[in-house]
Amino acid sequence: MKFLKTASLSVAALALASSVVSADTLDNVKAKGTLSCGVSTGIAGFSATDSSGQWKGLDVDMCKAVASAVFGDASKVKYVPLTAKERFTALQSGEIDMLSRSTTWTNTRDTSLGLNFAGVNYYDGQGFLVSTKIGVNSAKELDGATVCIQAGTTTELNLTDYFKANKMTYKPITYDTSGQTIEGFKSGRCDVVTSDASQLYGLVLKVKDPSSVKVLPEIISKEPLGPVVRQGDDKWFNIVKWSHIAMLNAEEFGITKANVDSMKGSKNPGIKRILGESGEAGKNLGLDAKWAYNIIKNVGNYGESFESNVGKDSPLKISRGLNNLWTKGGLQYGAPIR
Amino acid sequence: MKTHKKARQKEVAFYNNPENRAIIYQVLALAGIFIFTYFILNNMFENIEKRGINTGFDFLSSEAGFGILQSLVAYDESDSHGKVFLVGLLNTILVSVIGIIFATIIGLLVGIGRLSKNFMVSKLSMIYVETFRNIPILLQILFWYNVVLASLPSPRQSISFFDSIFFNNRGLYIPRPILESGFTAVIIAFIIAIASVIYLKKWATKRHDETGEDFPLFWVSIGILIAAPTLVFLLSGMPATLEIATLKGFNFKGGWTLIPELLALAFALSIYTATYIAEAVRAGIEAVPKGQKEAAAALGLKDSTILKKVVLPQALRVIIPPVINQYLNLVKNSSLATAIGYPELVTVFSGTSLNQVGQAIEIILMTMAVYLTLSIIISILMNYLNSRMQIKER
Repeated sequence: MKFLKTASLSVAALALASSVVSADTLDNVKAKGTLSCGVSTGIAGFSATDSSGQWKGLDVDMCKAVASAVFGDASKVKYVPLTAKERFTALQSGEIDMLSRSTTWTNTRDTSLGLNFAGVNYYDGQGFLVSTKIGVNSAKELDGATVCIQAGTTTELNLTDYFKANKMTYKPITYDTSGQTIEGFKSGRCDVVTSDASQLYGLVLKVKDPSSVKVLPEIISKEPLGPVVRQGDDKWFNIVKWSHIAMLNAEEFGITKANVDSMKGSKNPGIKRILGESGEAGKNLGLDAKWAYNIIKNVGNYGESFESNVGKDSPLKISRGLNNLWTKGGLQYGAPIR
Repeated sequence: MKTHKKARQKEVAFYNNPENRAIIYQVLALAGIFIFTYFILNNMFENIEKRGINTGFDFLSSEAGFGILQSLVAYDESDSHGKVFLVGLLNTILVSVIGIIFATIIGLLVGIGRLSKNFMVSKLSMIYVETFRNIPILLQILFWYNVVLASLPSPRQSISFFDSIFFNNRGLYIPRPILESGFTAVIIAFIIAIASVIYLKKWATKRHDETGEDFPLFWVSIGILIAAPTLVFLLSGMPATLEIATLKGFNFKGGWTLIPELLALAFALSIYTATYIAEAVRAGIEAVPKGQKEAAAALGLKDSTILKKVVLPQALRVIIPPVINQYLNLVKNSSLATAIGYPELVTVFSGTSLNQVGQAIEIILMTMAVYLTLSIIISILMNYLNSRMQIKER
């Protein structure tokens, strides 16, 4: 299956060729009636299917937010599960309209792949997961270790840098999917799994006895994760970017899924502008005036999305930390809607 | 007659002349293909340019920055993507060569086994062929990989043989010979041994032709090939030492390591491809007329001699062409290694490198070119072998 997909993506890459690309993604999406959103093949809390086969997660909510802004309906999303290796080709070739797959914003990706990063919906960093059996308490003690990594990620490069800087050696085992990565770890093929810290918490849940493993304290890199769109379509870039910002502003103003209707009567000019009661934000984006209202109504604000998918209301129990609002000591800072 | 022909030619218009017509159609078809290709390429480069994606092959000299598990040439993270290409290519060739050797041996044995008069042997061979031929290769690779990993102990509880060979879920560790200066003598002894075996073969054939007497060439050759270098090795004071892997920290260090990914992949590819080779061998042997075997038996030849001297030489003509196909398939199937993380070309180059530099078209084209070249080389070699095996018609 995976091989088929790689093959078809390769064909799609070559067919970058013949497809006469219409630069206007918004028109395209509207004409299709659904938003094609690239997600992962299963990262707990970010994009994974639940027991009833529904896609859930922080990255999935990003897809839903954009669909809500465009259609007023969060269900009009076609989820395209992609491995780390496949994701950029899928976006470049136009197979998907946006990529929301725990993708790290780096200079190379932003400048040489023909892509644009539309914000940061999760500030992450790379960490290590080890078995408690090997008696290691710090990443500095990992000299000579065998490390399981997922192919095609910034993780591979950070790992090299970190081990080099600390004059240590390692053996990389590079797998295609996070599923095979954790299988390799469980079967003892490697001593350590390295990945974005947020994903490690998800992996802990997949181990039979979660107390037999632990996440080491070192965070060795900056991993700003966010949604990605193709370069050269600023209108669409704006829509994705501001969908995220709308969720941040909603949290800041205390607008939630539950109270959004009653907030409509608010006298606060900031809230009025977000909900489309005044101002031209929707029109300027090429969307309905109620675009942000629809996002909050269907998906909720950023805090709600965070807590239910990865935070205290989820099995992962990740604290807000850097992902708190700027007013609460975090980095999430929504530009004003005015 | 002549005038008649001329008259007819005059009647036919230029474009109605069948010869001219054939040329016109071919030119038109060729032009069509050219225009189509040009349109596709042109459109592709325009689109890429418009989207701000880098093009060209400059990335081959930029630093790769990631580690690779197994490399036949010296590689470290600061080497270029071009070097990654080479490392991946060599790993692909390594697993293909190992796979082809074992698939051929297993295939030959099982193919002959299926025709055995022994009920057990023939039924077991049949069950083997029917089972492994009918399960997709990708599943087999994943199965063997997970079986290998699950059934082997961790490094600290390694299975060890003579305290020098270790087997655990990190791989098979074997001692590595470290050669000292005096070792050249051993190599020279080995070369002389090979030369004398070749001479011996000539002599034995000649004697056989003249007197009809057999000479146990195989066993004598093996004896010479082993004895001569060993003797020189001992006489010259054993100019080599073995580096034995030792457990240090997490893993074994030193010696040679065969990683489980390589073992599982080579095993799966051999087992799978061997089923097809076995069928080709069986078909080949069955294609030899029964009378040939009966005639040989009537001459009083042993069963093994009949197989070796009468049946196989004739069967090979039928066997080789389908076996070429299977070799090609094996090489192409090795790209499925990406599922278990064996670092061959598709995994490291059109996987990781592609993701780091994002130039899908260049990288996929290079990868395709590699498989095409490998396949063509195998075809040429095997076709040469095939032409030598064909009946020399006089």
